[in-house]
Amino acid sequence: MTDTPSPLEIHDLTVSYQRKPVLYGIDLVVGEGSLVGVIGPNGAGKSTLIKSIMGMIPHNGGWVKIFGKPPGKSCSRVGYVPQRESVDWDFPVSVLDVVLMGRYNHAGWFRRVGKKDRRIACECLEKVNMLPFADRQIGKLSGGQQQRVFLARALAQESDLYLMDEPFAGVDAVTEKAIIEVLRELKSQGKSLVVVHHDLSTAREYFDQLVLLNMRLIAVGKVEDTFTRDLLQKTYGGRLTIFTEVADQSAGIREYDKERRSVSSME
Amino acid sequence: MNAIYSNPIPSRGWCIPLVPFALGCIALFALPAHGEQIGGTNDGLLERSLRFLSLSDGSVRMVVMGTLLMGFGCGIMGGHIVTRRLSLFGDTLSHAVLPGVAVGFLWSQSKDSWAILIGATLAGFLGVALISMIRKTTRIRQDSALGLVLSGFYALGICMLTRIQKMEFGNQSGIDKYLFGQVVGLSESDLWTMLLSCALILLLSVFLYKEMLVTGFDSDFARSIGLPVELLQYLLWLLLAFSVITSLQVVGVVLVSALLVIPAATASLMTEKMDRLLFCSALLGCAAGVIGSFISFLGSHLPTGPLIVLVSAAFFLVTLLFHPRTGLLPQWLSSRGSDRRILRENTLKAAYQELEAMDFKQEIVPVSQLARRRRISMPQAYREVESLVTKKFATIHSPAGDASLSLQPVLLSLTPKGWETACRIVRNHRLWELYLTNEARYAPDHVHEDAEKIEHVLGEETVRRIERILSNPRRDPHGKLIPSQQDIDRGFVA
Repeated sequence: MTDTPSPLEIHDLTVSYQRKPVLYGIDLVVGEGSLVGVIGPNGAGKSTLIKSIMGMIPHNGGWVKIFGKPPGKSCSRVGYVPQRESVDWDFPVSVLDVVLMGRYNHAGWFRRVGKKDRRIACECLEKVNMLPFADRQIGKLSGGQQQRVFLARALAQESDLYLMDEPFAGVDAVTEKAIIEVLRELKSQGKSLVVVHHDLSTAREYFDQLVLLNMRLIAVGKVEDTFTRDLLQKTYGGRLTIFTEVADQSAGIREYDKERRSVSSME
Repeated sequence: MNAIYSNPIPSRGWCIPLVPFALGCIALFALPAHGEQIGGTNDGLLERSLRFLSLSDGSVRMVVMGTLLMGFGCGIMGGHIVTRRLSLFGDTLSHAVLPGVAVGFLWSQSKDSWAILIGATLAGFLGVALISMIRKTTRIRQDSALGLVLSGFYALGICMLTRIQKMEFGNQSGIDKYLFGQVVGLSESDLWTMLLSCALILLLSVFLYKEMLVTGFDSDFARSIGLPVELLQYLLWLLLAFSVITSLQVVGVVLVSALLVIPAATASLMTEKMDRLLFCSALLGCAAGVIGSFISFLGSHLPTGPLIVLVSAAFFLVTLLFHPRTGLLPQWLSSRGSDRRILRENTLKAAYQELEAMDFKQEIVPVSQLARRRRISMPQAYREVESLVTKKFATIHSPAGDASLSLQPVLLSLTPKGWETACRIVRNHRLWELYLTNEARYAPDHVHEDAEKIEHVLGEETVRRIERILSNPRRDPHGKLIPSQQDIDRGFVA
């Protein structure tokens, strides 16, 4: 172990939804100043991985450490970009309001955001070319613009580790370029980024490390080593059928167990 | 452009207030028995309104205070839940607290507002907990769970209250007022509980404003910055329960949700900022409360609660129709205005084309020619020409001197203003066609339809840019001349 704890360390992380496992025994270490892409087919557990790192989904095995501490203790050092579908775009907030949410952690409980926070929020909007839209209601933007606002909010958090869930999903080419530039700039400042990505054709170009995920960790490492035909085949070429079948069965057994127990207790 | 600007509230949202509106109407006619007069004397209208407005009467003061506080609390809590799409939650909660009211009543053996507040809050939370339990452990969806709890608790509450009324301490207290509400029955301790709940609501909205904002908009993100989202949600429900319970006596179980939903829905038509929305919603709630009780005080046998709801719904209706930005009437007027402008511009364009067909050798166009080119009937053409004349785009002459006899050919000539507008439209049309063929690679026979629409909306700035890109062209893809600034000044195209 080095003196400074690494931004993100995951050991044997296992997560299940309603008893059905979605992630098995994930081990991952993300170093400082790295831009890591997480790729894998639909339902591979990419979003689940991000959410369980943030502690939003409880995990049933293993642990997560962010800068050497459990997730709940290091919120101020983690920036999060959720999937665009996860929020209510009709909510009465303006673009600037949303970016200011990135400053809430700095303002603290019960207090309003200050002038300095406003200035930082405006700077972050400027960085993603969205300052002219600051007063617009958030739902009146295009998908790409909304995603840029999310990115500006993450920038306003001034975090050291960023977790982004599909920031490139459904955005236009201009936005995609703008986003990747910002990501690279963050990386050059020594920040670490973990980005869920769905587009294989750009994955190789955008990231310097890749995590290949399909319910379990297929591979992790430099793009040159991981973006290979073999490993991609392994990631995308169908599930390991016996593996998933047994997993389903085991979930069934446990359900059955519970039912039997409740029946016997009634008797 | 229109699609994204059109509707600030969720699409079906505006229907919701109509339901309480209808209920209010029914209540107004069906339940006069429950509408006891505030301070029951039979003075004239003027004296009564003076008595109300001067607040000299103790019972009037109580009523005004009560309805003000109720409007304020419900307005703000409504703003919170409507923006979070939890309107039905308010309705469910108002029904679910009823058994708790009964329990509080039994516990204190009288109508003690604190005991009832505690009992009702507990019942409300039981209802909320039941809803989330049903959702987590079964396949039943949220709306069914809400309906289940709402009706189940309501039925239980009515059974208990009916039973209590038959007991010896029950009949003098008028506990059935909780079903339909009666503002006259307000006691001083009722006002204190109202004041407490309003104070808590105000504290929440001021000091936890940003926390409520972020949990409402993006709960995942709120969790990621370490906010206790569930705790804040329970706090919201607690205060929602408080404002519902304290309002029950004024408007009754059925209409409470109207006071939560209508002012907030009205406010969401007015603004798209949360702080302003909460402010407007509270203001609308207060205004509805006071005006409703004022009207009820003036008339005889008019129930206060339903009237407050009706006033609130009237505010909504007025906003829906007349709000300068989102109102239906201003929107309709502006779209009609632009329709008429487009019609005029098309007539002018036809006149220009007629002049062009004559190589600009004449300056007059027979209206019959115009009608033929526009493919419209003569009366229609006359109407269009008349609208040009009233807007000073053109003048008409008749060789025989009398334009009203339509046997004579009526001739149209454009004023300088009309000529300029005609040139501008034709230029826009032809420039856009050229732009589409040269820059966007459209086939020349695909561009006319599009240009027919775009010509009316191109701004000067865009036209300049197109001219620059195309390096000041003279002819459109079909070989026709594009009128230039000199042509406009000269009065003909060369």
